[in-house]
Amino acid sequence: MKYVDEFRDPELAKHLIREIESLVLQIGASEKEPLQIMEFCGGHTHTIFRYGIEQLLPKAIELVHGPGCPVCVLPMGRVDDCLALAERPEVIFATFGDAMRVPGSQKNLLQAKAEGADVRMVYSPLDALELARQNPSREVIFFALGFETTMPSTALTVLQAAEEGLKNFSLFCNHITTVPTIQAILESPSMRIDGFVAPGHVSMVVGVEPFQFVATKFKKPIVISGFEPLDILQSIWLVVKQIAEKRCLVENQYLRVVERDGNPVGLKAMAAVFELREFFAWRGLGSIEHSGIKIKSEYAQFDAEQRFSMPNLDVADPQSCQCGDVLKGSIKPWQCKVFGSSCTPETPMGALMVSSEGACAAYYNFGNLPQIRAAKSSNSKEQSKILS
Amino acid sequence: MCLGIPGQVVEIVDIEKQLAKVEISGVRRQVSLACIVDNEHPLEACIGDWVLVHVGFAMSRINEDEAKKTLQLLMELGEAQKEIEAMSESLSQS
Repeated sequence: MKYVDEFRDPELAKHLIREIESLVLQIGASEKEPLQIMEFCGGHTHTIFRYGIEQLLPKAIELVHGPGCPVCVLPMGRVDDCLALAERPEVIFATFGDAMRVPGSQKNLLQAKAEGADVRMVYSPLDALELARQNPSREVIFFALGFETTMPSTALTVLQAAEEGLKNFSLFCNHITTVPTIQAILESPSMRIDGFVAPGHVSMVVGVEPFQFVATKFKKPIVISGFEPLDILQSIWLVVKQIAEKRCLVENQYLRVVERDGNPVGLKAMAAVFELREFFAWRGLGSIEHSGIKIKSEYAQFDAEQRFSMPNLDVADPQSCQCGDVLKGSIKPWQCKVFGSSCTPETPMGALMVSSEGACAAYYNFGNLPQIRAAKSSNSKEQSKILS
Repeated sequence: MCLGIPGQVVEIVDIEKQLAKVEISGVRRQVSLACIVDNEHPLEACIGDWVLVHVGFAMSRINEDEAKKTLQLLMELGEAQKEIEAMSESLSQS
């Protein structure tokens, strides 16, 4: 138990692991036919790798890393749309730093900035709004990205812009929703998930109720989890315990932050500004019904998609890049042909290597598989060759 | 983006817009408290509160112990440093 000492309460961690081991024996799962538990959220994926949680669990449990990293699932065509917007001379394109290095078909936002596009990294949509106030002769477009966790912030920013009557502020809205995506995963014939660790901060916004269908309709256990390694271990234990006891319900492990009804102010702002798109395309998962969010017609003046023309094309990922297969869980990151060779966190080809919440970056940074060590060492040899 | 970062409310700066100064790991920045105030816990009662901040919006009130543990976790993940850097850069240009 190499990593257990890093847990805040190593004794509790050891106890939970022993409990999980005995439940797995009771269920009769094996390494050949493991229980598959999906953590949906990229933040959970990051913690799982950082603390080596997978290695602590019995081999009869396989953690499937879900598509819950909004940067990673953004299709290339949307990045090209960002670039087209950013390159307009009147535009200041404001984005979270995470999105700067996501590759489009020709380049990324960082390269566009180097070539002269006015791209600004902002921490908050409020900072983009401030840019609009300070630059009345320019058009400020905020690249709105994220699951329900960040939706209240963009919705409230639009409401603020409307209140101030700002004419030069808009959103390029790429928000995506969690619930229809979990449903699509459950309905996918190629996936066999036995239980879910549900995202803590999405639940903080939407509450517990939206996840009920996982238990009632699909008869799978689902546990809303915090982000501490002990939270995740405890949530996995709760999922396995439900399986062993043949129960399925929504449990809330993250009681200290997640309230039953979520965040009422945030939900109200979201309902005022946003509505569901009929379809939204995800990298690797294809088009998922009702999984994207757009701006309601009442706020059309703040919708960059309605105010500016952009290519709006479907662009396929480069053939050598297998992000889609990794997102679907059909291959592990290190099984991708370019993993660790032409695709690394410094020079990412695919989105999963860009964000620290992406499964490939997490494997690359924290995974300790022989394949990764080999990839890293051949890389550093090549680099030293180049240097010498 | 999805992890947020804990901070402590130090000053209310705009009552109408529900904006406050929040101290996050030594960096003070403007944060909207709109999502955590209600009749039971009005704006002026928020001073001293520990909150979880997501992209400039306080989304949840947490206790001090939880705030410290969360910050420690974010430091270990390398996420806190990234957030603070993003905050400082974002402030310097506007």
